[in-house]
Amino acid sequence: MANEILEEHIQNEYKWGFTTNIDTDEAPKGLNEDIIRFISAKKNEPEWMLEFRLKAFRNWQNMIEPTWAHVSYKKPDFQDIIYYSAPKPKKELASLDEVDPELLKTFEKLGISLEEQKRLSGVQSNIAVDIVFDSVSVKTTFKETLAEKGIIFCSFSEAVQDHPELVKKYMGMAVPPTDNFYAALNSAVFTDGSFCYIPKGVRSPMELSTYFRINASGTGQFERTLIIADEDSYVSYLEGCTAPQRDENQLHAAVVEIITHKNAEVKYSTVQNWYPGDKDGKGGIFNFVTKRGICLEDNSKISWTQVETGSAVTWKYPSVILKGNNSVGEFYSVAVTNNYQQADTGTKMIHIGKNTRSTIISKGISAGFSNNSYRGLVQIKKGASNARNFSQCDSLLMGDKCGAHTFPYIEIKDKSAIVEHEATTSKIGEDQLFYCKQRGIDNEKAIGLIVNGYCKEVLNKLPMEFAVEAQKLLAISLEGSVG
Amino acid sequence: MISIKNLHASIGDKEILRGINLEVKAGEVHAIMGPNGSGKSTLSSVLAGREDYNVTEGEVTFNGKNLLELSPEDRAREGLFLAFQYPVEIPGVSNVNFLRTAVNEIRKYHGQEEMPAKDFLALVKEKSKLVELDAKLASRSVNEGFSGGEKKRNEIFQMAMLNPKLAILDETDSGLDIDALRIVATGVNKLKSKDNATIVITHYQRLLDYIVPDFVHILYKGRIVKSGGKELALEMEAKGYDEIKAQFERIES
Repeated sequence: MANEILEEHIQNEYKWGFTTNIDTDEAPKGLNEDIIRFISAKKNEPEWMLEFRLKAFRNWQNMIEPTWAHVSYKKPDFQDIIYYSAPKPKKELASLDEVDPELLKTFEKLGISLEEQKRLSGVQSNIAVDIVFDSVSVKTTFKETLAEKGIIFCSFSEAVQDHPELVKKYMGMAVPPTDNFYAALNSAVFTDGSFCYIPKGVRSPMELSTYFRINASGTGQFERTLIIADEDSYVSYLEGCTAPQRDENQLHAAVVEIITHKNAEVKYSTVQNWYPGDKDGKGGIFNFVTKRGICLEDNSKISWTQVETGSAVTWKYPSVILKGNNSVGEFYSVAVTNNYQQADTGTKMIHIGKNTRSTIISKGISAGFSNNSYRGLVQIKKGASNARNFSQCDSLLMGDKCGAHTFPYIEIKDKSAIVEHEATTSKIGEDQLFYCKQRGIDNEKAIGLIVNGYCKEVLNKLPMEFAVEAQKLLAISLEGSVG
Repeated sequence: MISIKNLHASIGDKEILRGINLEVKAGEVHAIMGPNGSGKSTLSSVLAGREDYNVTEGEVTFNGKNLLELSPEDRAREGLFLAFQYPVEIPGVSNVNFLRTAVNEIRKYHGQEEMPAKDFLALVKEKSKLVELDAKLASRSVNEGFSGGEKKRNEIFQMAMLNPKLAILDETDSGLDIDALRIVATGVNKLKSKDNATIVITHYQRLLDYIVPDFVHILYKGRIVKSGGKELALEMEAKGYDEIKAQFERIES
């Protein structure tokens, strides 16, 4: 399977680097309370939402950017960013036919055919997509089909208008606005994102997906995703993202929150493919994201799977707070860095409830001049009796100019805990490559095979369609990195 | 099939092959024997195209093509197969996936369509029987956690799948017990035809009881110093390499 996919993708370029010429409605550059009021007014928000933003902003002003991550970059100038950019709507959109054709073309290039999605709707289970273009959500598919089951899947802005009680209750529960510098910034200026609520006893009949796209120049993207799984419910959620090729660094500071009630399960999968910058490290996205879930009640489960191939700098730790007894947290990650990319990524598993379990499988791949770090915290609080964690952190090096680092932190306050940690570092072997070549397999294909084999445990956790995309991406990201 | 003329190769400053001449025709089995360090494995590596070695002189023609100009993968696609002395493990890549990639790459090179999955699986089934390879091994990761014997059998299984014109068996007998040796040899013999050829590189004559060579060559210090029929192997076994060494040293001085 992998091979056919790799075959189709023999190219070095970041192929999502195009821009779309589209009229945008933008806020002036810079950040102050007026800008926040502007965003809030643009979105016609209720007073409580504006208050939430302003409070976060005032907090943020007293915070400093974290420097503990193993990355170095020029700090973004927060006054030089456009915090709101929206494709100008010609009028209210009643149906898909009225979406700007330029926008539709963009999605086609990205491989998301809304037309196709629409045709398939109601016929068989597919993926429902919410698309966030710069600052606003432009279209959510399958909304009606999902509504029949009582599932709410809409843009964050709509949720603020239509389901304020849910947003008020859950927003900030997993990631408080004071949590960290970037989460505070996001809480102040977030413009849109996805909202999802799965009611009691419902298993989502399809995978839900958000597709993020940064388009306009000089903008940052600050979206927020909130997923709530009520008792005995289940949903699998996918997130994808791309950005145009630009010489400047663009900031992406998102917040994702997941809350699971009793016996509920959320599986969150990301294939992150933000523009990584060029071969010399120029340009690329700063991806400073806070993702966290709370297993609020007993027997619930949150599982993060991520394939990180893009971004110039990644700072991201999808975490789980295991509050309910018997709750389960999982983190499966593949992080690839090539050229001058830097990634500091990992997870936090906070065990509070009894008999809580967590699994961490991290696969780092470094090539070129890149630096790839795993940073993880396993914390067992007092009273979290019989908590268990298993962590496995593997690093694969390609070439001799890149770096792989592992920073595991373990804090145990309960004697009954069992925590295991395994780590390996290996180099992609000339022997392996030669062995493949001797069987008629060329260098690029051989690397694809070896790397996909190395990541298999994680790729297996992805939903089928996503796994295919991820395999392609791995091959492309590492193109030309050996030999 | 293959014609090697005055082949010199070195690693770093050290010359290891110092003028090899060898002619192998279709339908033939050649055995290359020699003491440790005589250049046996270097010869197989150079023919397969391992980049650690520098060819400094000589030429190799394989099916009318200049072998030394071809990339390692193109050599394989032209029908040159090396059964590795130390088969390499590739974690997470199933044997089947690995071979399917190889088979289709070779087919593509020859302008053929990919092999349909059904035909491929039937071929796996047929060929795995040949070396009595457990069907489970086919779905396991390439050589990962295989015993020494399983790895060698897997090499011959791959050879059967790829159906090469010229197979070079590099010390395939090392580390095999007598049963595994018999299985491997039986597999090789079954694959033999009038259209393909085999070069068996070995330390011991034992393997040659099972894979009977048409010609035996003694390699010493990077040169073929003696050639003969299969009886030469027996002679070496009985006398050891000392006589050859002594003779050669005399010529050298």
